[in-house]
Amino acid sequence: MEILVCVKRVPDTAENEIEVNRDGSDIERDDLVYSVNEWDNYAVEEAIRIRDEVGGSVTVATVGDEDAEEVLRREMAMGADNGILLSDADFAGIDGRGIAAILKKAVEKGTYDLVLTGALADDGAGQVGGMLAALLDWPYASVVNSIDILDDGKIKVGREIEGGNHEINEIDLPCVLSIQTGINEPRYVGIRGIRKVASVEIPVYGAADLGLSAEAVGARVSRVDYFVPALGAGAEILEGSMEEKIDKLIELLKAKGGLK
Amino acid sequence: MAGQVFAYIVHKDGVADDTAAELLAAAAKIDAEAPVTAVVTGAGAELDGVCNSLTAFYPEVWKIDNPALAYPNAEIIRKALVSILPAGAIVLLAYDTFGLDLGPGLSIKLDGAYVADAVDFEGMDGSRLKVVRQEYSGMVSTHVLCDLSNGAVLTCRPGSFQPLDTTTAAGKVVDKSPDAGDLTVKRRYIQVVEAEKGDVDITKSDVLVSVGRGIEDQENIELAEDLAQAMGAVVSCSRPIVDAKWLEKARQVGTSGQTVKPKVYLALGISGSFQHLGGIKGAPFIVAVNKNPKAPIFQVADIGIVEDILEFIPELAEKVKESK
Repeated sequence: MEILVCVKRVPDTAENEIEVNRDGSDIERDDLVYSVNEWDNYAVEEAIRIRDEVGGSVTVATVGDEDAEEVLRREMAMGADNGILLSDADFAGIDGRGIAAILKKAVEKGTYDLVLTGALADDGAGQVGGMLAALLDWPYASVVNSIDILDDGKIKVGREIEGGNHEINEIDLPCVLSIQTGINEPRYVGIRGIRKVASVEIPVYGAADLGLSAEAVGARVSRVDYFVPALGAGAEILEGSMEEKIDKLIELLKAKGGLK
Repeated sequence: MAGQVFAYIVHKDGVADDTAAELLAAAAKIDAEAPVTAVVTGAGAELDGVCNSLTAFYPEVWKIDNPALAYPNAEIIRKALVSILPAGAIVLLAYDTFGLDLGPGLSIKLDGAYVADAVDFEGMDGSRLKVVRQEYSGMVSTHVLCDLSNGAVLTCRPGSFQPLDTTTAAGKVVDKSPDAGDLTVKRRYIQVVEAEKGDVDITKSDVLVSVGRGIEDQENIELAEDLAQAMGAVVSCSRPIVDAKWLEKARQVGTSGQTVKPKVYLALGISGSFQHLGGIKGAPFIVAVNKNPKAPIFQVADIGIVEDILEFIPELAEKVKESK
């Protein structure tokens, strides 16, 4: 099985407080720690497991600038066989549809049976996988939390739906799936693993290499600004020492029936 | 003005989803004058019941009745919608696991723009709609402009658009089934597997001690269990704890887990994503403890405490035990 996993380099929300910059044009990027999007890491792990079970290869691709290469290397250290960086000055300011158009060209350069994305990323849109599938005219399933390979032509996938229930589908290959967190336990990547792939060559494809017109990646959705919404009443914040806060909290919990 | 506005309505067991009224309110924020058409897919009498209920507030309800649509398979529904919708249509969907499945691909096939998880619309700027969204798990908000001139698919966060005082629409149902076209697809629905029941039913507890990512390590779960025991409460959690397999799925509060209605909810190291908050009903007394003063949970909590939960929980447990 030839598998392509689309990944994204994002600010690590576990390591950073995300704040709006002074003029609201962007988030504050100084001193941000970046990592691979959490959902994508599960997608790469799943791809590696499938390859190890049925054979084939795993390629990771990302759309971004030269800094994005580090997430490709990280996922290659995890076990992906190849990386592809999709980068071009013309890609600045593109929307989700533009990303999907670029990825479509990258998919068509290979002979993939399965394309995986993370179900969501930092912008919470969850859009690229579904758009890519529609552009390729391949079937799609989102928020996937289980994959069973049935044969060369079809797989069984579980989707996470509301209430913790699972929706089971059979889907023909080739297809695109967006992967939910929790589908597996992504393996740990150590410094040694990263070092091993440090000198592996990663091809870079631009708009011309992919045969992409400016029109194909033209944005229909554009950002105006970032802002922090005017807050409602919000919580009453308890002040004082830890002990004072705890005494006050216990009083409140007793009054509200929180202590039995 | 932009194209005709449609709201795709999700339903279950013969009842339209709560978002049916919310999408109508969202449409009014795009253009208060434009009529909005509900679109419903399904099969048989159950579908008819849903359509009839929607005529109370939608002036027109388009139904597509087909045995292939008995279960909402987004791949099939997309084909049907592409067949019946006019060029330039603006389609509103709820942002849930079905909206995630249908929306992006539908926008491509309709050749329209796509914006996911809108929390508000702030009017038109020429042909572009100003949309409010959140990014980075709700830590910041953003305005985006979405060009509606070629149509669009917009998914709306459940609970964000307040339903209008519904005037009686006395709408009509229009049967679009004959226009749905070929509905064969390469993804076949097999079954829904219900969530496994855990050893504890968190939905039955009046007091929940709920832990999130801030608990940091599996062995720290014990701290929460100790506190819960002292309080006479039950331990629940947010999604990352289940993903890490530190607690069972049945303990997860949220749209993809359990819906709970406690009297008191103690949120420990939980940032407060809308998917998590969507699982808390009945307006409990919420206490949030988080070391990040900007965590979105503080916007919805009654009481906030800015502390590291790993220090706070053991101290609180100790004091609770003493206070008895």
